[in-house]
Amino acid sequence: MALRTLLTRKNLANSPMGMLGLRGLQTFSLPDLPYDYGTLEPAISGDIMQLHHQKHHQTYITNYNKALEQLDDAVAKGDASAVVKLQSAIKFNGGGHVNHSIFWKNLAPIREGGGEPPKSSLGWAIDNHFGSLEVLIQKMNAEGAALQGSGWVWLGVDKEFKRLVVETTANQDPLVTKGSNLVPLLGIDVWEHAYYLQYKNVRPDYLKNIWKVINWKYASEVYEKECP
Amino acid sequence: MSWSSCGSSSICSWSSSSFVPHDPPSKLLKKRSTPSIAQPGWKQRRNYSHNNRGVSKVFGYYGLKNPPYKLDALEPYLSQKTLEVHWGVHHRGYVEALNKQLEKNDRLYGCTMDELIKVSYNNGNPFTEFNNAAQVWNHDFFWESMQPGGGDMPTLGLLQQIEKDFGSFTNFKEKFIEAALTLFGSGWVWLVLKRDAKCLAIVKTSNAINPLVWNDIPIMSLDVWEHSYYLDYRNDKAKYVNTFMNHLVSWNAAAVRMVRAQAFVNLGEPKIPVA
Repeated sequence: MALRTLLTRKNLANSPMGMLGLRGLQTFSLPDLPYDYGTLEPAISGDIMQLHHQKHHQTYITNYNKALEQLDDAVAKGDASAVVKLQSAIKFNGGGHVNHSIFWKNLAPIREGGGEPPKSSLGWAIDNHFGSLEVLIQKMNAEGAALQGSGWVWLGVDKEFKRLVVETTANQDPLVTKGSNLVPLLGIDVWEHAYYLQYKNVRPDYLKNIWKVINWKYASEVYEKECP
Repeated sequence: MSWSSCGSSSICSWSSSSFVPHDPPSKLLKKRSTPSIAQPGWKQRRNYSHNNRGVSKVFGYYGLKNPPYKLDALEPYLSQKTLEVHWGVHHRGYVEALNKQLEKNDRLYGCTMDELIKVSYNNGNPFTEFNNAAQVWNHDFFWESMQPGGGDMPTLGLLQQIEKDFGSFTNFKEKFIEAALTLFGSGWVWLVLKRDAKCLAIVKTSNAINPLVWNDIPIMSLDVWEHSYYLDYRNDKAKYVNTFMNHLVSWNAAAVRMVRAQAFVNLGEPKIPVA
């Protein structure tokens, strides 16, 4: 295990994606944003981006790591009821980490292509399936606004049927909970923390404006990988 | 839920079947954005259509109730800005949305708010009116669960019951805070008196659900939707929850509700006098 000797406990804190714990348990750390907090203004304020990334996402990661450690423990001890009890914390915090990691890639400052409509195969698939990009945006905005409480609205692709779908999930449920073949292309966080400081309760305004900073390049890449 | 419990069911069926307005309903209605009547309001309107049958259509309106204190009274724990937005925009929004839905829906007229909530909950498959109705009720209840100079401890009977059902007040407080912090997503935390089990309990509910749908009696509540603390506490939910317990919760209101609840739930052994 040459890797083990390289990654001493002191080095663990610096590795980018995952860390190997003493028992080989991989834990997670906060991914960096590929842009500055303030560069998505005025669609999303820098304050919100900073809080959202440094506080909310970090909390999900911290609690996910904690839950994973407890799970590891429970599995090692063969404590079945403890394993089952931890599932909701894992789903919530793990889902929070997964969803937010996708979300940061879904956004880009305007001068880096944020808001530019999708071209090539994804653009074509959207026109084919929904009629036009405007119709898709209307649909996602309507579903996002109608979602009660906290959740996400997704544009996904069914990798089996090669079909685009618009779905919502509650709380931090990842898109796969709505269908095991669904791959998320674009997710919009409609938890209040994602927009409250700037838009208060006017979620429709947030949804209208976020399209100006949506990174269609990333969505296209994912789509082309699933539907070559 | 049968309609026999709905006192004015006869009016409901009468108005929907025998009355056909000529003018579109919007003309007949005088839009009032902020009625401040506390009770579910009843308005009888004369029909001024061409037929002029002199038949009235009955509309039920709900009003936005004021909190029992001024909007800045909970400072520095909850800012005036928060109250202005939470009550003035969110709560008001639910009231107006509910009224708009009820305009179009004859079935649900004639109910008290409690009945409306239970009926529209529909045993877990709620109608669209449920969310708005329940949130109106929940927020009314929440404002009244707080007071300036709140916090501290309950006394007398309520304290005794808490000690009986939770061991000690400290234990109850810990459990309540834990419940608030482990609620995933949006929702409410309640101290309820369970009718069947005849004891107090802490209950977490999601989104708009409240203990009325299980026929339990709420004693006190805490709103843990993000909008209730985000402006003042950002993501620091723990600080908000602790502040609520230490400085905001109104044990007076809870005591009053407990007294009223005991009219419906017999908590003690009946004292049968020996002849």
